Amino acid sequence: MHPAFSVIFLTTLIGVGQGLFLALFTAQTYALFDLLPQQDSHAFYAHGSILALLFLIGGLIASFFHLGRPERAWRSATQWRTSWLSREVIVLPAFMGMVFLYGLAHFFECKPVLATLPSGIAIDLTVVIGTIAWLLAFALYVCTGMIYACLRFLREWYSSLTVINYILLGGASGFTLATVFAAVAAPELVRFFAGWAIIITLLGLVSRVASLIRNARLKPKSTLQTAIGIKHPKIVQKTQGFMGGSFNTREFFHGRSAAFLRSIKWIFLLTAFVVPVLLLATGLSGVAATELLLLAFVVQYLGLMAERWFFFAQANHPQNLYYQAIG
Amino acid sequence: MTQLALVIDLNVCVGCHACVTSCKEWNTSGAAGPMVDQNPYGKDPTGTFFNRVQTFEVGEFPNTETVHFPKSCLHCEDPPCVPVCPTGASYKRKEDGIVLVDYDKCIGCKYCSWACPYGMREFDEAQKVMKKCTLCVDRLYDPQMTEEERRPACVRACPTSARLYGDIHDPESAVSHAIREAGGYQLMPEWGASPANHYLPRRKTTLRLRHDEIERADNPLKVDGLLPKPGKSEPSLDDVTTW
Ligand code: SF4
Ligand code: SF4
Repeated sequence: MHPAFSVIFLTTLIGVGQGLFLALFTAQTYALFDLLPQQDSHAFYAHGSILALLFLIGGLIASFFHLGRPERAWRSATQWRTSWLSREVIVLPAFMGMVFLYGLAHFFECKPVLATLPSGIAIDLTVVIGTIAWLLAFALYVCTGMIYACLRFLREWYSSLTVINYILLGGASGFTLATVFAAVAAPELVRFFAGWAIIITLLGLVSRVASLIRNARLKPKSTLQTAIGIKHPKIVQKTQGFMGGSFNTREFFHGRSAAFLRSIKWIFLLTAFVVPVLLLATGLSGVAATELLLLAFVVQYLGLMAERWFFFAQANHPQNLYYQAIG
Repeated sequence: MTQLALVIDLNVCVGCHACVTSCKEWNTSGAAGPMVDQNPYGKDPTGTFFNRVQTFEVGEFPNTETVHFPKSCLHCEDPPCVPVCPTGASYKRKEDGIVLVDYDKCIGCKYCSWACPYGMREFDEAQKVMKKCTLCVDRLYDPQMTEEERRPACVRACPTSARLYGDIHDPESAVSHAIREAGGYQLMPEWGASPANHYLPRRKTTLRLRHDEIERADNPLKVDGLLPKPGKSEPSLDDVTTW
């Protein structure tokens, strides 16, 4: 497939935004059970939510560049019964709204206690909003992943690994950003976030490598024989019927060499996983320089863009069988 | 339930592209707006088409056959392109099984084109919506046209009658007969989309003569071949002389 930058930005940016929110809410949950020190609502949670929202808005803006008719985008919320894309279109703004409310409640310290656990832990409004947003964050990852994982003949994508990768890679970049944010806003949380960021990044590495191995072993189900229904072992296309290119030759081919694809694969394995883990490890050791952590995030984000580019480029659409020769 | 479809006979298609041009001519002039071209007279002309004719070479030299292969939306009975559409712009008509795009609802997200295993949808770069073969739905029911004209433009244009059109759910229709009797098949059956359009395979063209076509079965004396043949120059008359 031809990787579209609008979609690369959309999926990576909202992945970061969701991951950052998950990190914030994880910290709040730990603090609720007194496993981490309490943080200032205003400086930490509210500002963190704003940061997450900025990434989500960036992703939303990028998504509009993908549409031919963005002014009709509202229509895309109507087919949620059948279309994962439609579901994403509903869940993304819902999630953004909940993150906004979450930040707002923290900003104004509007935290009425709604319930008390038997152990005496008070569940306030932010916890309730946060829980809903937490569920929506995961729902959004699943929707984004399923958009690709539900297309049965794009076999590189048709796998539960696709959804798992979206969750883990988005989560990893979000926790890395949370580490940077903590270095500025709450230094005592740097080790906590860096630890989780490393764990999630390594899990992401495992599942991404698993999908690379799976895809390397795929045998195409469609062949020229099934494409035109002629059972002869030797068929070659002489002409695709036109010379100047068409939507089919532009949308479904990445147009790069196999060597380029291979180098992108190694680049993203290094920059999305290995380098960030090493840089984040400085945060674990306690001698964290904010610049190093920031570098970890930037490198990982660029690495994930390369990863997403590769994700699209690697998928080989069966329609390509029909567009092999100009003559 | 009706399922209108094309049956394309690869045995007679000569690859003349008459269906391609007639399709473009009819559909670019319709109420749905033009099928816009970019750079039509420039170096890399490109544009929206609903129908393409491709050419394949089957076999190894010198035993090769050239197969011309017309390609357009197959109006799948279980179309994978429809449920993925987030706006409902893509739909399959209940009454005749035609798969259509509502150009006024489409947001041009191109997701449906990813979901068609055959690559039958083409995005219109000028109108920014997804397009594909409509089976000339704007001809089929037009009361101002004659019965003969109420058929897809490509079917009418084909000089070799390689394109048959009809209801494949009606077992007595010409297309159903053709599918049954000439071995009609579907493209890429492995994806289970169950395309409504069928293709008829290449056939060996042989002269088939039955014995009773050579010796008259209705000879009242049932003695054909028993009596000596008259000489070439002798007169002969059916049922009067023996030959
Ligand atoms: S051929 Fe493609 S576009 Fe046409 S109905 Fe089937 S899946 Fe949809
Ligand atoms: S491009 Fe148009 S018809 Fe296709 S899925 Fe998107 S909205 Fe639906």
